Amino acid sequence: MRRIISVLLENESGALARVVGLFAQRGYNIESLTVSPTNDLTLSRMTITTDVVDNATLEQMMKQLHKLVDVLRVSELTQSANVERELLLIKVRTVGSEAREEVKRTCDIYRGQIVDITQNLYTIQLTGVGSKLDSFVATMDDASEIVEVVRSGVCGIARGDKALRA
Amino acid sequence: MEMLSGAEMVVRSLQDEGIEHIFGYPGGSVLDIYDAIFQSDKIEHYLVRHEQAAVHMADAYSRSTGKVGCVLVTAGPGATNCITGIATAYMDSIPLVVLSGQVPTFWIGDDAFQETDMIGVSRPVVKHSFSCRTAEEIPIAIKKAFYIASTGRPGPVVIDLPKDVQNPLNKFPYEYPETVSLRSYNPTLSGHKGQIKRAVAALISAKKPVLYVGGGAIIANASKQVLELAEKLNLPVTNTLMGLGAFPGEHKQFIGMLGMHGTYEANKSMHNADLIFSCGARFDDRVTNNVDKFCPNAKIMHIDIDPTSISKNIHADLPIVGSVEVVLQQMLDLIEETQAANDSESINLWWDQINEWRAKDCLAYKTSETHIKPQQVIQCLYKVTKGDAIVTSDVGQHQMVAAQYYPFKEPRQWINSGGAGTMGFGLPAAMGCKIAFPDRPVVCVTGDGSIQMNIQELSTCMQYNIPVVILLLNNRSLGMVKQWQKMFYGGRQSHSYMDSVPDFVKLSEAYNHIGIKVDKIEELEPALIRAFELKDRVVFVDVAIDPEEHVYPMQVKFGSMQDMYLSKTEQTDA
Repeated sequence: MRRIISVLLENESGALARVVGLFAQRGYNIESLTVSPTNDLTLSRMTITTDVVDNATLEQMMKQLHKLVDVLRVSELTQSANVERELLLIKVRTVGSEAREEVKRTCDIYRGQIVDITQNLYTIQLTGVGSKLDSFVATMDDASEIVEVVRSGVCGIARGDKALRA
Repeated sequence: MEMLSGAEMVVRSLQDEGIEHIFGYPGGSVLDIYDAIFQSDKIEHYLVRHEQAAVHMADAYSRSTGKVGCVLVTAGPGATNCITGIATAYMDSIPLVVLSGQVPTFWIGDDAFQETDMIGVSRPVVKHSFSCRTAEEIPIAIKKAFYIASTGRPGPVVIDLPKDVQNPLNKFPYEYPETVSLRSYNPTLSGHKGQIKRAVAALISAKKPVLYVGGGAIIANASKQVLELAEKLNLPVTNTLMGLGAFPGEHKQFIGMLGMHGTYEANKSMHNADLIFSCGARFDDRVTNNVDKFCPNAKIMHIDIDPTSISKNIHADLPIVGSVEVVLQQMLDLIEETQAANDSESINLWWDQINEWRAKDCLAYKTSETHIKPQQVIQCLYKVTKGDAIVTSDVGQHQMVAAQYYPFKEPRQWINSGGAGTMGFGLPAAMGCKIAFPDRPVVCVTGDGSIQMNIQELSTCMQYNIPVVILLLNNRSLGMVKQWQKMFYGGRQSHSYMDSVPDFVKLSEAYNHIGIKVDKIEELEPALIRAFELKDRVVFVDVAIDPEEHVYPMQVKFGSMQDMYLSKTEQTDA
């Protein structure tokens, strides 16, 4: 089962390595991991998506994360209402005005933005949940030639009053 | 404010932390710190012959005293040689601070001479680590390291100290912080009140309870509470390998060690219990045997300071996060306050059953005309030392026999590598204990495989006159490996023989120690008496034991707790 875990940790060198090391060491799977400093620059916020076999594994994973000395808070987003987003940057090659029109149209339907353009290349930015990005990439594959794809991995936040704060 | 260099700050911080002994080995990256040590008269440094031994010495110093052990080594191989020692301490939750030198900051990443990423190499086996990139960071890093190492579930902490940071020419204002607090690290000590109530209620109503006491009870100094609770409610008590001594080994309520080589009565009691109350034990695989068959009728209560230990291997019905000492005291207070008492009739029935199992006398063994049995050696050791020695051990058959046949009276008396199972631990461990307790008898029970893994420390013993007794149970083979090969590998003894065991008497004499060879049972007691009478000498007693002896009881693989081999020919009913 897919789970999204949010981690608030000290923004210190080595902190990320400890988290990644923990997952590798205990055989936990990481589907995606994003990390960046928060508004308080001494703290980093991390979002990990993982696939666990059962609740006991998830519980152990969260406890192990919390045991790391650098970690302040751990919470599982998928437990309640949440917003999850991922950023996609995709570069596609198109030849001919019809194809370019098709790319532009698809982009509009998905509410993507074209952020760079050359004679034959479009670079498009799109945010959303993973499945939306998957679907966009598949559509683009039909409409054009994909040159490269970059995805940020999932960022997540709880809806409503719930917050992960120091 | 006082102005000190980075190197001086290291030494002063240790001094201000109250460190009296440090174990280590110098090298290029820590020469400035060693120079500062040379000029300090407060810290006694022990130069080992291999860095692994320095860590084991500091580790056992900590295990025997409860203080934090401290190690100083150089970069690269000096640091990596420590890894086995650090892993050993990590597995058994022993507080250590390991200071390792590093190449100068401006060379880090350049593959400089003796550069190793010690923070990276040690990461999976430390509780935490620090790398100091400026001298000003040193006092606070050391303060935090000692705080983290010794609180919560203790463990080793590494501090990486690049050479330029130590530079004796650059002086900075020095002040050692009195206290330290970390917003991301706040171990829970006292138990949740609701859980305490529920735990007392469950314990009172249990008809077949077992108190299962582990190393956490020793670390938390909870022996008094364990004894009080056990006596108040007349509970049977079993200790894990790490918990031996937490409850007195000769107490009538002690049913022996449990697990793979536990007693018949301890394993039977566990399997048939209706309540298992784990105090600082972590349901290790060497205890539970097959978890799917583990204690089918028991409700599990578990106190542990480390939440990850709870419900990791065995689901806890009643988890309590906290220090064993504090939580047990809370429970005792509540029992006192409410005058709660269990039903003595059902407890007596339970004891009748346990005593029936006890009557099997599972530790009985056959003596031989021709060979000394390892059990005899440990029993003789117990007799000669009156049960008062600090006993360290290596890993293997001798370790299990020592655990089974030397009933430890008190905590911190039995020092062994339980979690990691590190051969080579015993001798340096004995040295660490002897340095901490120069007036107590300290003996290293070892095997001919294990002792050769850190035998170079005989030289350190000579240099500092650390008069430990080494009791070698010599079976000219890797006994435990051989036992498994005989039992499970069709008797094929692949590489479990020591075809060239040295003459340990001569070897000891080469280091100016005393060696005694024992071949006959009648020589054993006089040899041990002499060994402990020679209080200011290292005495190496090499006892030729029966090479065919196995350790029993032994749990049957994939079975439940109560499935055991009782001898080479006898097994419990499946």
